[in-house]
Amino acid sequence: MGKVREVDDRFKKFGTVSFTSITKINDFVDYLENGKINGTRCKTCGLVFFPPRADCYQCLSDNMQWFEVSGTGKLISYSKLEYAPIGFQDDVPYSIALLDYGDYKVFGRIDRDLPDEDIKVGMQMKTAANTLPNGQLNYVFQKA
Amino acid sequence: MGKVAIIGVGQSTFVRSYPGSIRELAFDGFKDAMADAQITTRDIGASVICSAPEYDKQRSPAGVFAEYLGLNPQPTFYVESLCSSSSMGVRLAYSLVKAGLHDVVAVVGFQKMSEISSSESQERMGRGADIQWESPFGTMMPAYYAMYARAHMEKYGTTPDDLALIRVKAATYGQLNDRAVYRKPVTFDMFADPANRMAGPVASPLRVGDCCANADGSSCIIVAGEEKAKALCRKPVWIMGLGAATTSVNLAGRDVFTGLTVAQQAGQQAYAMAGVGAGDIDVAEVHDCFTIAEMMAYEDLGFAKPGEGKELIQSKETYKEGSIPVNVDGGLLSKGHPIGATGGSQIRTVVLQLRGEAGDIQVKDPAIGLVHNIGGVGLYGNVTILGR
Repeated sequence: MGKVREVDDRFKKFGTVSFTSITKINDFVDYLENGKINGTRCKTCGLVFFPPRADCYQCLSDNMQWFEVSGTGKLISYSKLEYAPIGFQDDVPYSIALLDYGDYKVFGRIDRDLPDEDIKVGMQMKTAANTLPNGQLNYVFQKA
Repeated sequence: MGKVAIIGVGQSTFVRSYPGSIRELAFDGFKDAMADAQITTRDIGASVICSAPEYDKQRSPAGVFAEYLGLNPQPTFYVESLCSSSSMGVRLAYSLVKAGLHDVVAVVGFQKMSEISSSESQERMGRGADIQWESPFGTMMPAYYAMYARAHMEKYGTTPDDLALIRVKAATYGQLNDRAVYRKPVTFDMFADPANRMAGPVASPLRVGDCCANADGSSCIIVAGEEKAKALCRKPVWIMGLGAATTSVNLAGRDVFTGLTVAQQAGQQAYAMAGVGAGDIDVAEVHDCFTIAEMMAYEDLGFAKPGEGKELIQSKETYKEGSIPVNVDGGLLSKGHPIGATGGSQIRTVVLQLRGEAGDIQVKDPAIGLVHNIGGVGLYGNVTILGR
């Protein structure tokens, strides 16, 4: 009897439906479980990445360190979905959006508790970890 | 090295649900182009098969199609860049001919979208974006383009009404195109009536009427070297310029949200290669998967200054009689958008225009035409300039 091989598939917890389970940046999910949204910074050249990457395309290094997405970002745009792809129907309606933090941008969902009339392009928002009704994890944008 | 021409064009009728298999669907477009070119399969040196993956079960369709189309033992290639696959296929065919490897190459694009349901289709298309970091949020194509629409509205004051005008134009010409999937009229008033299906919400600010029609379809473009083209073809249409570009798949990696950088870059490359400018284009086919996509194309290609695309449609300059007719075959919005077949269908329309064979939708005496074909949400951009 061979030993059961351990598979690090933590990333399958990310999002309503995850399409990736094995990635070198699986620690992202552990940070998310602890309420932190983290990107990576290349220790060799200093380039900052969100979403996090295991490899730097500028200097080709894989020497990365985590940093926390903090402060506020400016809402670039958003869209409220009234119709969803298969696997997401129970979430409808929901809004996807993009925040500009200056050095990087973050793509995600707007917190469903935020009323539509309070959402304005250009507003400052913050990014917060979120647990979905099905137990999966993601992050959402809230009014700063 | 000589020029490269298009000597035959064809497409199937775009339909909601094709009553046959994918190889049979591909055959329809191929047969149409072969009849147009009046050549035999022995004249063809290689085939390029184009589609987006995962709409059907066939792995490696190129080999299956090469046999079904009677193109054994010639080599075949499979090219995929989502919705711009067949424009990318023509780019490959151009390079194969230019390199002297083959004299004549058939580019066959196809998609049988009806193999899966609409919500499955949205999921597939959503996975044409970043599956690790975006798709888990429940993304789909209309919502991404809706984000561009909102950014465009915020910056330039474009309105949902301006976008509706684009849909009305598409439907005007879709009614005249017997190969179009959607042949009914669409009026501006439909968008003002909340009970009308066209005004139904999909992904704000885009409505049902702003979105193209899914379709099953195939297209075929036959590309040949100068010598062969002159020997085989009465009215060759020349490939004057080609442009292609890519960008970050994740919106977080982009800086522009009021236009598509891949279209701007591909356009500049194609104009430079052809030695022409936006003002020289007599007829254009642009990738109007959503109304906002056509609006951005006006600006990305230089038909209008940034933010002034709305004036072009308000003044009907992109109608058949206008200064720059765009999508007078109904566009993706009414003709339909069978992903892998779309670029070839757009090229077919422009080739027929340049030959003066476009029938009811013929633009007056065009000499230079342009095709703008986008893959994904501005992930892949292809611009092709054609001339008589």
